[in-house]
Order: sequence, then C-alpha cells, then structure tokens
Amino acid sequence: MRAIITVIGKDTVGILARVSDACAKADVNIVEVTQSVLQDMFAMIMLVELDKANIEFEQLKDSLKKVGDETATKIHIMHEDIFNSMHRI
Amino acid sequence: MLETKDILETINMIDNENLDVRTITMGISLLDCMDDNIDKACVKVYDKICRSAGDLVKTGEDIEKEYGIPIIHKRISVTPIGMVAAPCQSKKIVKFAYALDKAAKELGVNFIGGYSALVQKGFASGDYALIESIPQALSETDFVCSSVNIGSTKAGINMDAVKMMGRIVKETAEITADRNCIGAAKLVVFCNAPEDNPFMAGAFHGVGEADTVINVGVSGPGVVRAALAKNGAGKDITEIADMVKKTAFKITRMGQLVAKEASKRLCVPFGIVDLSLAPTPAVGDSVAYILEEMGLETCGCHGTTAALALLNDAVKKGGVMASSHVGGLSGAFIPVSEDAGMIAAAQSGRLDITKLESMTAVCSVGLDMIVVPGDITPETISAIIADEAAIGMVNTKTTAVRLIPAVGRKAGEMLEFGGLLGSGPVMPVREGAPDVFINRGGRIPAPLLCGLRSKIFRQVVQINRGKAVALPRFFGQADGIIFKQAVRLELCGVALIFFYRQQTDTRG
Repeated sequence: MRAIITVIGKDTVGILARVSDACAKADVNIVEVTQSVLQDMFAMIMLVELDKANIEFEQLKDSLKKVGDETATKIHIMHEDIFNSMHRI
Repeated sequence: MLETKDILETINMIDNENLDVRTITMGISLLDCMDDNIDKACVKVYDKICRSAGDLVKTGEDIEKEYGIPIIHKRISVTPIGMVAAPCQSKKIVKFAYALDKAAKELGVNFIGGYSALVQKGFASGDYALIESIPQALSETDFVCSSVNIGSTKAGINMDAVKMMGRIVKETAEITADRNCIGAAKLVVFCNAPEDNPFMAGAFHGVGEADTVINVGVSGPGVVRAALAKNGAGKDITEIADMVKKTAFKITRMGQLVAKEASKRLCVPFGIVDLSLAPTPAVGDSVAYILEEMGLETCGCHGTTAALALLNDAVKKGGVMASSHVGGLSGAFIPVSEDAGMIAAAQSGRLDITKLESMTAVCSVGLDMIVVPGDITPETISAIIADEAAIGMVNTKTTAVRLIPAVGRKAGEMLEFGGLLGSGPVMPVREGAPDVFINRGGRIPAPLLCGLRSKIFRQVVQINRGKAVALPRFFGQADGIIFKQAVRLELCGVALIFFYRQQTDTRG
C-alpha cells in the first residue's frame, strides 16, 4: 500500500530529516518528495511505500504525530487512494 | 504524482471544513427471522444482526484510520419490523425494539433503524400494533429509530395513518419529556420513503434489497460553503451551480471509495452512496450558511427556495457522476436543530414553518427536526404531516416530517438535545384547527399525474424494449437523474399524444 504524508506548518530546521528518520526506522520507503515554502508556511508532501514496513500503520501514524508535535507542524498520513479518487477520474 | 494543491485541498477539507463520511450503514434483511412465536423471532433477529454486522464498527474504524477520513457513525438498518412481526399476532411487539437495541449495544453501533411500518395504502397485520408501540419502544430503548411511511405518489396518502401519527408523535414526546422529548427526534413520518436510505432516523432495509448491503452517507456542507466563499464572489448563478457540482463530485468520490472499501472488507455487496449535504451543529457545517453565501442575508428570506433548489439539484448532478450507484435521499437536508445557520434564522424569526414547508418542495427531505410548542394538538401535527406528504406525493419526491413537540415549552424557548441533534428554538405553528378534516380518515387518492405517467412509462418501456433500455427505478428519487432528464423529454412527447388520444376517446 502507498500512502501520502503531508507536513504543514512553520518552516524550521530539520523537519524533513525528522520525518524521513521516522520513516526509515519503520522501514518505510520514500518514493517521492515535493516541498514548497509559501511565505513562512512549509508544505511537504511525501509519497511512501508501506509494503515492507516493520510496524503497523497506526503506530507509524502515532510516531509521525509525535514528530509533528515536536516541530509544531501538522502531519497527516493517508492512503494514496483517497487523493486519487477525489482528484482523478 | 498528485498535485500539491489537490492534496492540500483534501487535507484542508477534512481539517477545517468538516468533511466527513456521515455514516456507513449496513442494511440487514430480517425476512428469514419471522416466527409465530415472538420470543423466538426476537432471538433470531438479535442473532442475525450480531452475525451479519459483527465487524462493522471495527471495519469502519480501520478505514477511518487508514484513509484519514472521519467516519462519524456506523449504523444498521433492518427490514421494517411491521413485516417481521406480522406472523406473531402479539401485542407485545415492543420486544422487537428491545432485541434491536440489545444488538446495537452489543455491536457498538450508533443507531439502528427499521422499527418501521409501510402503511401508505393500508395497515397489514403487524403494522397497527407496531405503530401503537412506537412511543414505548422509543422511550425504553437508546439506539432504536422508527419511521412510518404514510403515503406515496402511486398509492396516495393514508389519512387514517396520518391521523394516528399525529397522536403517536405527541405521545412519544410526552413519554420522553424528562429527556428533552428525545423520543420524537427518533421518529420520522415519510411519504415516498426510500428503501436504501442510510440516514437516520428514517433508515430501513427495503424488501427489494439484498440480504445484507452496505450504504454510505456522505456529508460536507462546510466544504461547499468554503468553496463558494473562496471563489464565489462576483460570479453569476451558472458558475455558482458549477462550483457546487464540482465540490459535490469530490465529496461523493470519497464516499464511493469508502463504500467500496467497506463492502470489500466486510464481504457485503455495495448498495448505494447517498450524497447528501447533512449539516451538523458545528460552526460552518451548515446548509443555511451555503444559502447565505450565495447572497441571501438570512436563510428564510425571499429567494431561499430558489437558492435551495439550485443547491439540491447541483449536489445531485455533481454526485451522480462520482458514484456507480446513487440512492437514498441524496440532496440537501434542512434539519433546523442540527444546523447552526437555521437555528439562528429561526431564532431571529426570519425562518418560520411555512417557509420551511415551501423549501421542502425542492430539498431532498422535508420538515426535519423542528421543535413545536408543547400544547400543539395531535390533529395539528397530523395536518402538518398531511401537508408535507401532499408535497411529496404530487412532486414524486421523498418528504418526511420529524417534529418535536416540546412538552411544557412555548414558542421562543429552546430545547437542547446535544450531539448531532443539536438544539432548536420552539417555532410557532399556524392558528386554526384542522380537526374535522383530519378526523375524517380515509385515503387521499393518488394524483392523476402519476397514473398518467405510469401508463406512458409502460409505453415507453415497450417502445424501448428492443433497445434494451432498462428503467427499473425510474420513479425513485435519486437514481438515474441524468437519465431521467433525457427520458423526460421523450415522455413529454408521448404524454401529449396519450393525453390527446384519451381526450378524443372520451369525446367519442
């Protein structure tokens, strides 16, 4: 299964590193990353592959939430299909 | 890869604009649970529900976590108990309500609907006893919802049932007066009730449905309002309608995904997606605010009916393309107590029950969650039901009445329910007694329009049989809307010929 991780918040040093670290620890492969900074707002989107993950989806969600709390950003991880179905016909 | 703006749009819809899947509702047929011994029947009902929906709540929660979409309720709808109870010949029909409630508690679902009777043309065995037991059933259970269908376009309106329901609604409110008359909020009186509606309190599992089925109700008035607020300034109505359609499409695609996923995981066939704008009392999640965003100062002022008609139609058009099967109520709901904008409009006196009634001619349901003074007579309630049913019958649409007589309260006071049901100001009803009219009983005959249409309909089917055109649910509320539009043109032509022929025949 592939999922999309979104990180939205104020730009600070090391957000990408910490999110990637959480993914690496869980054996989650990062397929693609895009990021943009609009004024002060930082928006990063990662497409990740969870097939070989060593933890449950729920645990990964929690660990990303923790990173979000620490970096004062909002982190979501959602199944890729939700975006595909909403924005593609 | 997906575009950043699309991804952020979805996240924003969920985080800030109250986008949610309102309910995954599993429909369960109880036709195989009939028994002439009521206790045995109740055990069968309980067992079948628990067996069929054992994983419903867990599956709903799993999907919610994985896809990141809030799924607010998990619900069950069952075959109308009036039918299931028919062989029992028992006066203690309320035992079925206990069995349903027990199953709901065991499974952890939020509501169970189907303590219902379909009496649009008359009372069958079991129906009468069921209706009489509604006040007791709703006061002694927590999760059971009840509905009664008293009319349809094809059958007319059963005025005996209308008369009875006025009394039953009042009794239900009185018997639960100590709990803010909550019983009446779980009771709906329908005309043209849909058989696959996932929304409460009117959900039941129709007899034409499969043994079990998954229906999903999506919501999202907040998303539509936000879309109009962001991009609607200075646009004309055509563009506004387009914006609503596009937003409804996205919302419904999400519902379709959840429905298919739930159906796959539970190994239960996918039924329909009900693409309704169902408001919640949360700030911003209001249908009234959408109407106000279109340019009305307050919901309820002149222009409200036109704006609502546009909204309702655009939601259906946008949604119908996004789902493989659309059904249920599909459109815009206008439950007063559940909609912050409606509450404000009613409190300011700009939205009254007569305006709401005219709005129901173009919305997807009817007079919903309206708190009326406690001293309202049963006949007046019946008359409100009859008016609303007449609108549904003549316009070939579903209409419903969910009135809450606020025992001991007068117009202008508030009644608090809490949760999704919200709170409602007590709204005054019109003066004058309809007692003699209501007490006559009998049936309002089905309108001629319908008879004529049915005959033409059969002709069209015959004409088109060679082309393999199936019109199974032509007169259903939400199905095949676009198709309906196309065929309507053809129908008009045939109607004229048919009508002309009929006139000529009569003349001799």
